[in-house]
Amino acid sequence: MSAASDVIIVGGGLMGSSAALFLRGHGLSVTLLETDLIGRQASGTNFGNVRRQGRPIHQLPLANRAIAIWRQSRELLGADVEYLQSGHIRVCYRERPELVGSMEDYAAKAREEGLELELLSGNALRDKFPFFGPDVLAGSYSATDGHANPRLAAPAFARAAARLGAVIHENTKIVDAQKVGEDFIVTAVDGRTFRAPILLVTAGAWGNALSSQFGEPVPITPKGPNMSVTEPVPYGILPAIGVMTPIEEETVYFRQVARGNIVLGGSTRGPSFPDQYRAYVEPQNTLSQLKHIRRLAPSLGKLNIIRVWSGIEGYMPDSQPVMGPSATTSGLYYAFGFSGSGFQIGPGVGETMAEVIAKGATDIPIAPYRIERFATPT
Amino acid sequence: MSRFVRLGETDRPAITVHVDGAPVEALEGDTLMVALLSQGGVLRQSEFGPEKRAGFCLMGACQDCWVWTESGDRLRACSTLAASGQRILTSQPGASWSNHA
Amino acid sequence: MVEPRIIPRVVIVGAGPAGTRAAEACVQAGVRPIVLDEGRRDGGQIYRRQPDNFTRPYAKLYGSEAGRAQALHETFDGLKGAVDYRPETLVWNIAGGHIWTASQTYADTLPFDALLLCTGATDRLMPVKGWQFAGSYSLGGAQVALKSQAVSIGHKVVFMGSGPLLYLVASQYVEAGANVVAVLDTAHYSARIKALPDLLAVPSVLWNGVALTMKLKRAGVAVHNGIKPLEIKGNADSGVSGVRFRTGAGAEQEIICDAVAMGHHLRPETQLADLARCAFAFDPGTRQWLPKRDGDGRSSVAGVYLAGDGAKILGARSAEASGRLAALAALGDLGLPVDKGEMASLRGDVGTYAKFARGLAKAFPWPSEQASQLPDDAILCRCEGVTAGDLRGVMRETGAKEANRAKAFSRVGMGRCQGRYCGLAAAELIAAEAGVPVEQVGRLRGQAPVKPLTIAIGEEQ
Ligand SMILES: Cc1cc2nc3c(=O)[nH]c(=O)nc-3n(C[C@H](O)[C@H](O)[C@H](O)COP(=O)(O)OP(=O)(O)OC[C@H]3O[C@@H](n4cnc5c(N)ncnc54)[C@H](O)[C@@H]3O)c2cc1C
Ligand SMILES: Cc1cc2nc3c(=O)[nH]c(=O)nc-3n(C[C@H](O)[C@H](O)[C@H](O)COP(=O)(O)OP(=O)(O)OC[C@H]3O[C@@H](n4cnc5c(N)ncnc54)[C@H](O)[C@@H]3O)c2cc1C
Ligand code: FES
Repeated sequence: MSAASDVIIVGGGLMGSSAALFLRGHGLSVTLLETDLIGRQASGTNFGNVRRQGRPIHQLPLANRAIAIWRQSRELLGADVEYLQSGHIRVCYRERPELVGSMEDYAAKAREEGLELELLSGNALRDKFPFFGPDVLAGSYSATDGHANPRLAAPAFARAAARLGAVIHENTKIVDAQKVGEDFIVTAVDGRTFRAPILLVTAGAWGNALSSQFGEPVPITPKGPNMSVTEPVPYGILPAIGVMTPIEEETVYFRQVARGNIVLGGSTRGPSFPDQYRAYVEPQNTLSQLKHIRRLAPSLGKLNIIRVWSGIEGYMPDSQPVMGPSATTSGLYYAFGFSGSGFQIGPGVGETMAEVIAKGATDIPIAPYRIERFATPT
Repeated sequence: MSRFVRLGETDRPAITVHVDGAPVEALEGDTLMVALLSQGGVLRQSEFGPEKRAGFCLMGACQDCWVWTESGDRLRACSTLAASGQRILTSQPGASWSNHA
Repeated sequence: MVEPRIIPRVVIVGAGPAGTRAAEACVQAGVRPIVLDEGRRDGGQIYRRQPDNFTRPYAKLYGSEAGRAQALHETFDGLKGAVDYRPETLVWNIAGGHIWTASQTYADTLPFDALLLCTGATDRLMPVKGWQFAGSYSLGGAQVALKSQAVSIGHKVVFMGSGPLLYLVASQYVEAGANVVAVLDTAHYSARIKALPDLLAVPSVLWNGVALTMKLKRAGVAVHNGIKPLEIKGNADSGVSGVRFRTGAGAEQEIICDAVAMGHHLRPETQLADLARCAFAFDPGTRQWLPKRDGDGRSSVAGVYLAGDGAKILGARSAEASGRLAALAALGDLGLPVDKGEMASLRGDVGTYAKFARGLAKAFPWPSEQASQLPDDAILCRCEGVTAGDLRGVMRETGAKEANRAKAFSRVGMGRCQGRYCGLAAAELIAAEAGVPVEQVGRLRGQAPVKPLTIAIGEEQ
């Protein structure tokens, strides 16, 4: 038995769910297939940063497209995904003064892409945001970035897509995908098959299993970033905060949700087990995360974490996703491997992929994400 | 009105702890919870509802009995012994990180 | 001088009856275990010790169990030189053959060859509308107040729920001079009669139970069976003012009180077993997910052993037997000589207590149907202030019908008690609402830290 539609999407994270919604907007029929439940993997476990600053300049048009969707998410989705445009600050520490130059340089280029950043000295930052510790040398403030609730986002996109007629099959793990004549036939582990002339792979950290079936293996590494959350405390921290540093262990970030809990993330990432659908938080990574949070914002040392978690994210060697058409097979498209920063751009990725599929082109620069960059020379 | 009622063991030496600045008489060996609820009816304000709370499990599992030292350290009232001279706050002191107070 | 031999590293979490007997077995085998307990003193729940300057004698504190309590405390005191005892130390995570501990801001990590989890239990709660008001306490909490602090939780106390502890704690209150206004048991008396064959497995405990009910009635305490709790009435500022319930005969009744002790027997503290990645299985008798173990206490993970009420609620006597048995199993697995005959006899003891526990579950059934009958405006999750109606709304809107999914969308179980007090009832509500058996709803995954951990952890090393 084979169910047919215009497009099959394999992978129901934020990428797949938002692509399904926007493909329906173009009038294409869509079948979305998900191993587990919608939005339970990276898209449902991430930190929730809706941050443009810090992304490569070439990604800002995509990020801008995404922010426009986040801003109207309530109307678009008919659901509140707790998007707050409350700012984002990236700071550097005293021992790395050279990063101030990088921040200035980045701000100048970002301005050309329509992202306004304000550079603030450590003291100016501490005046405005008294939680910053003495090691903070300077920061770059983006007033128009923010954060949202990852547990709610992808499922809300999927529900909106379903209301517009997208067919969604959860608990449907695709184990085989082939092009037979004009159509792709994908087969679930229980033998069900689905057929469509177009196949979009949005399988996150699992993307390589599918791209390999079309002769396009990619060097993707699954990892699990660590998250923690505190008890609720009076709401007082508006922006999301992150550290700019070349050292993974120092890379921590936090944000406060309107209910009061502070979400902490970062420091050394742990291993993850995509086959078992599990990512464990290594206790030593929790301890190093807390240590670096204390350095960034010493007053948070008085709070407690009540829960930790992780998620499975696929990292590419150059930290850029695989996004665009296949180089071997017509009708096949990819959007996976978002390397730890796909949440903010997610809705923009969905809209862009829908556009590429429906219209054959997009103004958004996606060339840097071509899958060919990993092709082994023959 | 007190919430708890002492049923014995009242021959212990008295101590004084300060709760939100006011002195509270307690007995040596009391937990902070017993010290506070032998004088008053509640421990803290719920974050998400209108009601005040006074703990629930008394065995360190529910986390409904949090109080704070003046320097902001969180204490579980049910499993922390009261000590003479202790200064306790029943709401979290100085959200010192706040940027829009 | 004896050749120093490689001593296995045995770590015991919990210094209650199970942990104490496990430690004793280790010491007898020449092993010096590390014994960690979050509490200030050893003894665990049932044999919880009062502060040093309290003077009530054993008989007054522990009643019919005074002899066992004293024996256990003396055993532990006698072991102190031979064990590495670390009180006030929380085990907050387990990974890679190590436990991770916190003692205020001091962090430590300890490797183990054998880990015995003797983590005990907490009350099992069925929410009642109004249970968020100050003056509602867990039944166990009411007992802790009396045992370790010599106080009553209120001036007029109602005991409501079911299970053996309901009668025990109520009568301990009466004996200590507290004002107990009523005992409201959700179980019907007929259930106890049906459970008699199993309860007869441990006649002395059965007899204690019968004596307690008689004692309460003699003291003039109103005892109602087969009731249905309707509401804990109260005021946001002053707390509990009464309870409203339906009697077994169907009449609505209200009792004025300022405190309610509530609970439905116990649930094991299985978070550490979960973090150690032990396999779990659904236990239909108690409608709970329990870590799997063999007859000796071996979990599905090599080197991790489970004993006492932390593995399954079988009571204090069983905890002593299963603690010793699991330790002998661990020592044997480590290559030390152990007495196989003793192990067989301990296994027999544990089996007897298991039969009795089955009887208790029948006599005082968990009223799972009450979860689905909670009115929409009743708080289900006390930590996050989520109502039954909120959860139902989320289920309708999102189609969620799995425990972790419903948690992600509704926040039920996401608060700082980590779902200890709402999780089982939430699962029943989800199951009823979705029309699926409760085991299909799954279980809330254990997440570190087992208890809240200060961000200052590790500052002191
Ligand atoms: C802990 C953590 C923190 C993060 N923090 C941030 C942040 O703050 N900001 C930010 O921008 N990004 C962040 N990220 C990254 C971001 O979450 C991801 O880049 C983004 O969610 C990726 O979305 P996705 O849809 O590609 O992947 P996923 O959400 O993982 O979705 C892929 C889906 O495909 C399904 N699937 C896979 N194989 C198959 C198959 N064969 N058949 C059917 N279904 C299949 C999976 O089950 C999964 O649901 C973080 C990631 C993690 C893990
Ligand atoms: C409040 C309460 C009252 C009870 N009263 C009675 C009674 O009167 N009569 C009766 O027959 N039964 C009673 N029970 C049942 C009783 O728990 C058992 O019968 C008996 O105490 C079980 O012994 P145990 O050794 O398994 O666990 P416990 O005696 O509960 O001991 C477990 C110990 O482990 C420690 N612990 C748990 N987790 C951690 C961690 N992560 N880190 C460090 N330490 C940890 C705890 O602090 C505790 O001291 C009661 C249970 C509770 C919860
Ligand atoms: S009353 Fe539950 S932790 Fe103190």
